[in-house]
Amino acid sequence: MGLTRREFIKLCMSSTIGASLISILGPEMEKTLAYAADGKPPVIWLQGASCTGCSISLLNSVDPAIEKVILDVIGLKYHPNISAGAGHHVVEVLEEATAKYRDQFILVVEGGIPTKDKGIYCTIAEKNGKELTMLKAVTTLGEASQAVIAAGNCAAYGGIPAGVPNPTGVVGVDQVVKKKPVINISLCPMHPDHFLGTVVYVLKYGQIPELDRLGRPKMFYPGPIHDRCSRRSYFDDNKFARHISGEGCLALLGCKGFIAMSDCDKRGWNNNTNWCIKAGAPCQACSEPNFPDECEPFYGVYPLTNKKKIDYPALVPNLKTEIVERVK
Amino acid sequence: MAQKVIIDPVTRIEGHLKVEVEIENGKVIDAKTSGTLFRGFELILKGRDPRDACHIVQRICGVCPVSHGTASMLCLDDAFGVTPPPNGRIVRNLIQGANYLQSHILHFYHLAALDYVKGPDTAPFIPRYEGDYRLPKEINDKAVEHYIHALTMRKKAQEMLSIFGAKMPHVTVFTAGGVTEGVTAEKINQFREYLREITAFVDHVYIPDVLAVAEVYGDDGFSIGTGCKNMLAYGGIRLTDEADPDGQKQLFKRGCYINGNFETMDKNKITEQSKYSWFEDSTTDKYPGEGATVPAPGKSGAYSWLKAPRYDGVPCEVGPLARQWVNKQKDVLGLGDKAFSVLGRHFARAIETSQVAHAMFEWLGHLVPGQPTFAPFDIPKEGSGVGLHEAPRGALGHWITVKNYRIDNYQAVVPTTWNGAPRDDQGQLGPMEQALVGSPVKDPDNPFELVRIVRAFDPCIACAVHVLDVKGVAKDVKRFII
Repeated sequence: MGLTRREFIKLCMSSTIGASLISILGPEMEKTLAYAADGKPPVIWLQGASCTGCSISLLNSVDPAIEKVILDVIGLKYHPNISAGAGHHVVEVLEEATAKYRDQFILVVEGGIPTKDKGIYCTIAEKNGKELTMLKAVTTLGEASQAVIAAGNCAAYGGIPAGVPNPTGVVGVDQVVKKKPVINISLCPMHPDHFLGTVVYVLKYGQIPELDRLGRPKMFYPGPIHDRCSRRSYFDDNKFARHISGEGCLALLGCKGFIAMSDCDKRGWNNNTNWCIKAGAPCQACSEPNFPDECEPFYGVYPLTNKKKIDYPALVPNLKTEIVERVK
Repeated sequence: MAQKVIIDPVTRIEGHLKVEVEIENGKVIDAKTSGTLFRGFELILKGRDPRDACHIVQRICGVCPVSHGTASMLCLDDAFGVTPPPNGRIVRNLIQGANYLQSHILHFYHLAALDYVKGPDTAPFIPRYEGDYRLPKEINDKAVEHYIHALTMRKKAQEMLSIFGAKMPHVTVFTAGGVTEGVTAEKINQFREYLREITAFVDHVYIPDVLAVAEVYGDDGFSIGTGCKNMLAYGGIRLTDEADPDGQKQLFKRGCYINGNFETMDKNKITEQSKYSWFEDSTTDKYPGEGATVPAPGKSGAYSWLKAPRYDGVPCEVGPLARQWVNKQKDVLGLGDKAFSVLGRHFARAIETSQVAHAMFEWLGHLVPGQPTFAPFDIPKEGSGVGLHEAPRGALGHWITVKNYRIDNYQAVVPTTWNGAPRDDQGQLGPMEQALVGSPVKDPDNPFELVRIVRAFDPCIACAVHVLDVKGVAKDVKRFII
């Protein structure tokens, strides 16, 4: 059966800089793939209050390339951006899933779920003149599924659509689906390695990986980025960047790496081409439920003195003068 | 008697879209398009630190966050009175260019192609609208191969983007005054390597594939989906550090084509009309920056949360076809009237992809390693700014007002607001609606013609989310634009 669970997790956590997680897991993916070949687990993908960014991010998966995942690993019954069919086909596929694959399929939810006014702010299909709201779809399909993966910060915690004043009452999946396990893959957008690593784990071992207190697989959310940051030695030496694109720790430019629990520091983005802090961009802690309201202003120094969006006084964040003075 | 056909959802587009048409004697006689998701970005932006706008607005759309980020940065630069240094401007351009490449490749192969190319007989390629797959087997097989190859190419375009953009989707290096990432010789070389490979794909695979589809589907593909034949481009991708109030020193120049004449664009001629939208009639026919938005849910006769933007009183199409037509690109212009069609739009998009890719080599050569990419600024206590830009899907404008160092008002008029607009005060249909009317529908159970027309516009509904269906509309919806 190849790797033990412990080895699998170790592999996920120790992936080295320069290699994507999945390229290390390559051979394991092949095995899982063979194991799943005769009965590809059905997957239904729904989009709610989303920007499609998480789907686009998944398409950036490196190895196995995404086409392999779609064609060979999972039975992707429905995805709004990929499916060839439209209109009534969609309703039929969703109905079939609840009936034929009850307690077997994996439901992936991208985007938050508007709950205000019975969820009318997001409808995802229509049949016989009746509209299906995202709220209703996630509730019904969620309870009928084997497990739900909340893909991205919006699905996990509400994300930006749930930012103050949360005009449409957006919530994360676990506020709606109570009877089935919900795995949160946060970050904005989600990281393709996090998603595929979790899917492979679930398929391979038939159970969900160990989650942290916020419902995320521990193997991908090891602790604050600050602890492992490539600019950490600057912080220890008290060397802070005084303006954008300057050398040093980005703390005074608003970096929230102190609270961001993701492993971006070693995994990087887009085939480990780059990542925010490496590129001089302060971390926005998009992995956290605090995102965006309590991480703002993105260029405000952590810990933020003004946590409430509307009420904070005109703060000072003028890069040319104030930050430089702060450092003196 | 007319038969009503509703397609909800239209898949393989960005966002949630519903299309409703009436068919009589095998032809569409009436069409209505509605988006079905509303998030209320304008409300969410109000009160925040203005610098955060260029990050928040990227979440309007994960397919082209770069466009919203860019329009927002231009808008902030304007409000803060800061001009990025040359390296900053060029790095922003390279990020935009990389996004054009990934977005256009994604659109043709992964969103639109399955209307012409028959995928494998397995989910998610079935079920599908049957009845008009005409490519010879050999070409079809090759196209399916290219569907897969294109996945790799658009992925590489995103990797190329992140060399300067840190991460994609949702670029974090964006800031007023430039970008946070610096320029090194190594990065330039790394970027150029990617660009070579992607450009070769565009020139030798993407364009030939579009031509192959055009050859087989050309008999009706160049005649359906005509639309309003008015074209509008705000202009985008700045090629100079000098002031450019007329938008002529850009890769895509500003301009329009109205009632058969090429004209210079005067942004003051843009108005938004609301007779058929759920907004008070008193708000109709105003310039976007001055317009009030007073919702009137359930207003009699209205059917859309989209207002109807009009230029000098007429509906306008925006996007690759509009840009190329207004900029008088010879191959697109050479199509004559055939350009205003489903295949004309795909063709213009493909030509444009190659144009952007080749221009990017030049921009790379203008970067100077080690020179600054960012110019410092102060946030003004009060101020306002405008950012006009061309997203891959068309003309995109952002407007900001700053008060007491905070965002007081933020508005975006997005490409799909132009293309997906409802009827205006005079009853003129929106561009996409006009394109649908008159289309033949061979089989109302498999209305492949209609989805081909809609997808050729590359609609991005998450952007135009103030569209909402008429039924069960909330009573307390306040002011919203995005």
